[in-house]
Amino acid sequence: MIEIGIGHYLTLGAIIFLIGIVGIFLNRKNVIVILMSIELILLAVNINLVSFSIYMNDISGQIFTLFILTVAAAEAAIGLAIIVVFYRNSGTIRVEEIEKLKG
Amino acid sequence: MIAHAFFFYFFSFIAVVSAIMVTVSKNTVHSVFFLILDFISISSLFIMIGAEFLGMIMLIVYVGAVAVLFLFVVMMLNVAKQKNTWFKSSTNSAHIPIGLLVSIIIFFEVIIVIGGWKYKPELSNKIVVSDITNTHSIGNVLYTDYIHLFQLSGMVLLVAMIGAIVLTFRKREGIRRQSYFKQLSRERNDGVSLVNVKSHQGVKIDD
Repeated sequence: MIEIGIGHYLTLGAIIFLIGIVGIFLNRKNVIVILMSIELILLAVNINLVSFSIYMNDISGQIFTLFILTVAAAEAAIGLAIIVVFYRNSGTIRVEEIEKLKG
Repeated sequence: MIAHAFFFYFFSFIAVVSAIMVTVSKNTVHSVFFLILDFISISSLFIMIGAEFLGMIMLIVYVGAVAVLFLFVVMMLNVAKQKNTWFKSSTNSAHIPIGLLVSIIIFFEVIIVIGGWKYKPELSNKIVVSDITNTHSIGNVLYTDYIHLFQLSGMVLLVAMIGAIVLTFRKREGIRRQSYFKQLSRERNDGVSLVNVKSHQGVKIDD
């Protein structure tokens, strides 16, 4: 309990990953919260990579965390642009009212 | 060791609570603030475990850029105050119970994975402290072995920038803009016309 090993960090990553997935599934508000949940999932992946990289003394995990960070920033920018365009066209971004695909 | 444990539990508690608050808080602006808090506590964990460069980069990229982007969009779209209708919506569709079911299944799968995990025997449970700094070792590898991936990630950022600009660009009617091409390609015939003015009558110029 007092000795913090790699399992603690992996558990933290799993918990945050699950919170992100539950946030996507149970979302009834707007699409921006879904984007934030995706950011949480990527953050959990980063925690896993960094903790393995530190405990196995291999720097490659941190390199890939940098690339994941880049892709996450690009994804947030594109996603928010799409949301802005969608709001301009339809006037709402509530998840319940987006039903053009009849899903 | 005790300090490590104490700070690990402190920061991870804050991270988990703020991650929960991101998904359940009623106000979207509050969600963004809790996302910022989450990123700050996780980057403190990174700095504590020994990945200082990544912790600082996460502070700069997420708190400095991505969170401000989210805040801008939330405030621009005027969706901050929206009622939270989690379980009491009038048009309650079937996706809440199915979502809960799938979430519970995923939760137990992850529990099984973590519980059944066996570490390799050579995986030391201690943090190895090397004599060169974290930033130095990242730079040693990033610009030699991973140089192509590094340049590709630059291309990803460029494509994202162009895509965001192209998506949100629109031509609005009724706004006069300066167009250098039109200005420079103006000919004498377009701009000047010779009018015969009769005496005591003046001339009408359309404007």
